[in-house]
Amino acid sequence: MFRSLLIDPEKCTGCLQCELACSFEHEGVFNPARSRIKVFEFEHGRRSVPYTCTQCDEAWCLNACPVAAIEIDAATGAKTVNELSCVGCKACTVACPFGTINFNPVSGKVDKCDLCAGNPQCVEACPTAAITYVDADWTGMEKMRQSATLALSGT
Amino acid sequence: MAWQGKILSVDLSAGTVATEPLNMEWAHDFLGERGLGTKYLIENMDPAADALSPENALVFATGPLTGTMASTSGRYAVITKGPLTDAIACSNSGGKFGAELKFAGYDLLLIKGRASEPVYLLIEDGEVQILSAGDIWGTTVWHTEEWLKSHHQNPSIKVASIGVAGERGVRYAAIVNDLHRAAGRSGVGAVMGSKNLKAIAVRGTRGVTVKDPKRFMAEVASTNRLLAENKGRAGLTKYGTNAMMDVMQEFGGLPTRNFKEVQFEGYDKVDAKAMHRVGRDGHRNLITNKACFGCTIACGRIAHIHKDHFTIINRKEYWHASGGLEYETAFAFGPVVGVDDIDACTFAGYMMNEHGMDPISFGVTLAAAMELFELGLITSEETDGIELRFGNAEALTVMAEKTGKYEGFGEVLALGAKRLCEKYGRPELAMVVKGQEFAGYDSRAMPGMGLGYATSNRGACHLKHDTFAEDMADQSASGKAVPCKESQDRTALVDSTGLCLFTTSSWGMEEFSQLLDAACEGEWTVDRVLVVGERVWNLERQFNLAAGLSAADDTLPPRMLSDPVPSGVAAGRVNELDKMLPEYYDARGWTDSGEPTSETLSRLGLGTV
Repeated sequence: MFRSLLIDPEKCTGCLQCELACSFEHEGVFNPARSRIKVFEFEHGRRSVPYTCTQCDEAWCLNACPVAAIEIDAATGAKTVNELSCVGCKACTVACPFGTINFNPVSGKVDKCDLCAGNPQCVEACPTAAITYVDADWTGMEKMRQSATLALSGT
Repeated sequence: MAWQGKILSVDLSAGTVATEPLNMEWAHDFLGERGLGTKYLIENMDPAADALSPENALVFATGPLTGTMASTSGRYAVITKGPLTDAIACSNSGGKFGAELKFAGYDLLLIKGRASEPVYLLIEDGEVQILSAGDIWGTTVWHTEEWLKSHHQNPSIKVASIGVAGERGVRYAAIVNDLHRAAGRSGVGAVMGSKNLKAIAVRGTRGVTVKDPKRFMAEVASTNRLLAENKGRAGLTKYGTNAMMDVMQEFGGLPTRNFKEVQFEGYDKVDAKAMHRVGRDGHRNLITNKACFGCTIACGRIAHIHKDHFTIINRKEYWHASGGLEYETAFAFGPVVGVDDIDACTFAGYMMNEHGMDPISFGVTLAAAMELFELGLITSEETDGIELRFGNAEALTVMAEKTGKYEGFGEVLALGAKRLCEKYGRPELAMVVKGQEFAGYDSRAMPGMGLGYATSNRGACHLKHDTFAEDMADQSASGKAVPCKESQDRTALVDSTGLCLFTTSSWGMEEFSQLLDAACEGEWTVDRVLVVGERVWNLERQFNLAAGLSAADDTLPPRMLSDPVPSGVAAGRVNELDKMLPEYYDARGWTDSGEPTSETLSRLGLGTV
């Protein structure tokens, strides 16, 4: 069964451990500028929101790629970039509605979340469990459980 | 590895910038951040120079662990000669600016001279420009940061800047980064202003590497686990540092009404619990907690003010959340000025961040002014009609804003407590050491704190030593000198790594040594890092001696030395500095006149300054 990253912005403190872990996993250095997950801050830090690729089932990036460089990891369902095939044309960055696939000027290829082959390092690094890796067909489970608690308190 | 191996040298008088190799010999001796920055300062200016003259240098220094995945790796320090103390100033800050500077490829930024017109520095990886600040001079920190991101069309830029307070030379002006993190103490912002330097905007996309990545990640995992499982850390995460207010109230060390008292009847209206309390209209002061770069503690507070509060009722521009109270701001806007209005305290905090000022020095300066007012030495004619009485929340918020904008009586409060009390002929009412205001601990109840205040190289400070456990256990003068000295050295080491002092809730020297050893070239044993800490402390002392300070400056205000503490656990006590200081000099290997002996200097590998 595939799993998905589940992000709960309410728990995020904006520490960027996820960005550090992501860049280390993929580049071997600590460099948030090269992280495939990004934390955005709003209103003087009142909200910190991590955001990354949701691994669309019918992926715009995959369909837009003229050289079939976006592949599907059979084990995780992640859409991954085959760096040997990628020509850096950036058509995928235009196609993606979420902005989660981006050009890397150092490699000349595009970067996106690949779910770290099933062991996402952002999840490992997050100190507050704002990012978890859960069954893909039950990403709403925690919200549903909270709603159930509300229903219970009403009885 | 760990260090980027480069510094950026900026001569504002000549309008030139140069990238130079980091002096690795100095890096091995002084590590980074506080220690390395002090070495670069001493080598680039005469300690006797006027702090606000072009001859002073201004150093922004990261540590070898800044920007790595070690928890709390966002720290950088500003090192310069301070205009509040005329001694070494070393103020560190979190947020994201420090790591960004490192990612731009620099360990350290060395700024000399004075620009002929207001400028800001734009650093984009290796590309550096000195640009006109004509459009932002005279504006706030908050506006400056927004303007720079918008003007350069890059929301990822990180900014450290000054407000009008720094431009106009408020003696305790701060340098603020990321809207509400600050290199707060000792007036480093006034030095930046004296150089006509409004801001440093930086974007870095280069990574930081470490010596042994696999081992480093294992050390990160184990040290993060120590933090995760530690109760002290959990308290910081939930309540922030303001949990300390209840402790100090109970103990009788909470500075109240300019340190005349040590317990404050209104403490529970401005403490951590008050920040959590849901009040009128369902309003709660605290919104959430907030981490600096890389930090798994997240002690920062994000708060907001009730919309009907007198400070903002007609000022929509402050109806948003921003940095909230931590212990030092809560003490400085609460008990020490006798104010128990949490919204007023929060607003005063906004003013400090927006205009760039040190809340501790502002609060204790205002407390001295209030005492002078109540003695009839300052009149309401001078204070623009404001009754500067203890407990007057409006006096706090109006004066915070006036000082930040350098208007009216704010120009007098801008002097700091020492110069203000001298102006009115009552120097003994200034609660300062070496001209820097006390932090939120009455030292009569905490003798180790008193010794720490008296001997801190940057003037009164609670962050340069840690004798908390000793002070809680025993309020006599005995047994404080050695723990004070040893904790000063440990603190100097931590401040030189690029990590935050608050990790010491869970980590000892062993953890710092392991992280450094995995990240930095060379061998970093516990013994070696301890020597680095002691070397840094002595180098700062050498700076101060060369600047003209002496043992006579290692003292405390008369209120601490002569007036018995009125209540609490230590009721009746005064600071017996004369008992502690000789023991301390001896533990340091200094002469009776507080100078490092030649044996001490040679043991630490230090030359003469």
